Amino acid sequence: MNKTCAIADIANAIESGMTLGIGGWGGRRKPMAVIRELLKTDVRGLTIISYGGPDVGMLASAGKIAKLVFGFVSMDLVPLEAHFRAARQAGAFEVMELDEGMLQLGLKAAAARLPFLPTRVGFGSDVLSANPEIKTIASPYADGETLVAMPALPIDVAVCHVNEADELGNSRITGPDPFFDEWLCRAAGQAFLTTEALVDADAFNDPLTALQMPIERSLVQGVAPAPWGAHPTSCGPKYGMDVEHLRVYSAAAKGGWTDYLERYILGKDLPAYLLEVGGPEAVGALPLPVF
Amino acid sequence: MSGYSLAELCICSAAEAFRGDGEVLATSIGLVPRLGAGLAKLTFEPGLMITDGEAYLVREPVPVGPRGDYRPKIEGLMTYERVFDLIYKGKRHAMVTPVQVDRFGQMNISIIGDYERPKTALLGVRGYPGNTISNANSMFLPQHTTRAFVAGEVDMVGGIGYNPTRWPNGQQPKHLDLRRIVTNLAVMDFQGPNHAIRVISLHPGVSFDEVQDNTGFELAAVPELSTTPAPTNTQLTLIRERLDPHGLRAGAIPGNPPGVR
Repeated sequence: MNKTCAIADIANAIESGMTLGIGGWGGRRKPMAVIRELLKTDVRGLTIISYGGPDVGMLASAGKIAKLVFGFVSMDLVPLEAHFRAARQAGAFEVMELDEGMLQLGLKAAAARLPFLPTRVGFGSDVLSANPEIKTIASPYADGETLVAMPALPIDVAVCHVNEADELGNSRITGPDPFFDEWLCRAAGQAFLTTEALVDADAFNDPLTALQMPIERSLVQGVAPAPWGAHPTSCGPKYGMDVEHLRVYSAAAKGGWTDYLERYILGKDLPAYLLEVGGPEAVGALPLPVF
Repeated sequence: MSGYSLAELCICSAAEAFRGDGEVLATSIGLVPRLGAGLAKLTFEPGLMITDGEAYLVREPVPVGPRGDYRPKIEGLMTYERVFDLIYKGKRHAMVTPVQVDRFGQMNISIIGDYERPKTALLGVRGYPGNTISNANSMFLPQHTTRAFVAGEVDMVGGIGYNPTRWPNGQQPKHLDLRRIVTNLAVMDFQGPNHAIRVISLHPGVSFDEVQDNTGFELAAVPELSTTPAPTNTQLTLIRERLDPHGLRAGAIPGNPPGVR
């Protein structure tokens, strides 16, 4: 069994109209190499589920989003995502705006093959009025409490970026927070990983290492090596956010998107992209973010 | 130590919001809430749990800004997934900085204007709906204006408030617990009639009328309105030397005004 593939193979598994789940969080550990590859295709009409960062912003400016399922879009150290904002203000896509915890429950419901999970979250807020498809349910027990029935959020393809993976699809996240990557993969029909390093299976033969492995290999269809592939987002503990690049990218929301695409994305594979942003040494020297 | 900045006064007022909390996670979004929670932990609430701002519980506040040789003193794990588990259990007090607040204490960081075609798209509701229906919440607003404290309701209700028309079956959610609002003008709570927002102290040189004029709804007030207590020398030393050694608080309130006008 060998699940290794190319970054482009992952992008090619994503078809128009699909629901795409994207791992990471805001400006951290986003599978940006796949996002950039996807921007080269004619795929359109995607439903995106993401704890959003520049992944959402790039797909928005590229006109690839039909519907966005989100709790926020932010780049952390650059708090507001200019491309997302411009598209949202233009009404460019449908939104399902959720509390971050509701989004997690929707993923967990899909992961467990359930129609919904109950919660109190949503009551009193405009999340329910903005999403009339979300129904309530009465507790069948003595309390009789009315609860929100957070619907499952099934995903067609999930893509996450990890620190290490082997050719079987075993993987390890060595950064401080695994975020919700596990749940995106569990909620997905197919999950793909990009990895900073393709390692031998022996690398995982350690009890403490195994605690950093939330995604078991049966969830994973393909693994693509993508060193520095989260740039310009961070990938702790290896490299930090490229705040300077995020500012350049943000500025491109005001009329410079085509130039950004041509300079950094179109016709460029990952090594060529990295040279355009200063090379692997420069990315490796980016300080880890301090929050 | 003579003289203190308005930011330093607000940090001490923010710390007061955590008094009596005991062993809960203090989640503080923004510099003034973060320094306030750290100050509370170092002085009167040693049981507070705080994080490094990323994924670890730390046993003492991490100084903000560049850390030099300082290494956070980790005492446990608090990944985002665990934060949600903790929220639902309720052992948490969040202090946040909403863009809009209304008379019910409802908060907005999502959009300004029409929902379908907003004039301004901000972040999204983030965790506000879950925070406010599950655990204690306080707020810090650096600019107390009628744009922040709006007439009517906020444009997108993320954080829920004391608004019975929005509650299931008209019943108040049992864990809804809005505590304090600290602004550049005053300190307020939710202990007015039917949880109305009430001014409990005015910052030095500020009148109730000035606070009211900068608020889009009618405010209640405590009977004998006092002046917000000045920071003590101990508090100022902790803020300046330990919590914020690089002086980032100078940027917390536009113009970095003094604490006493």
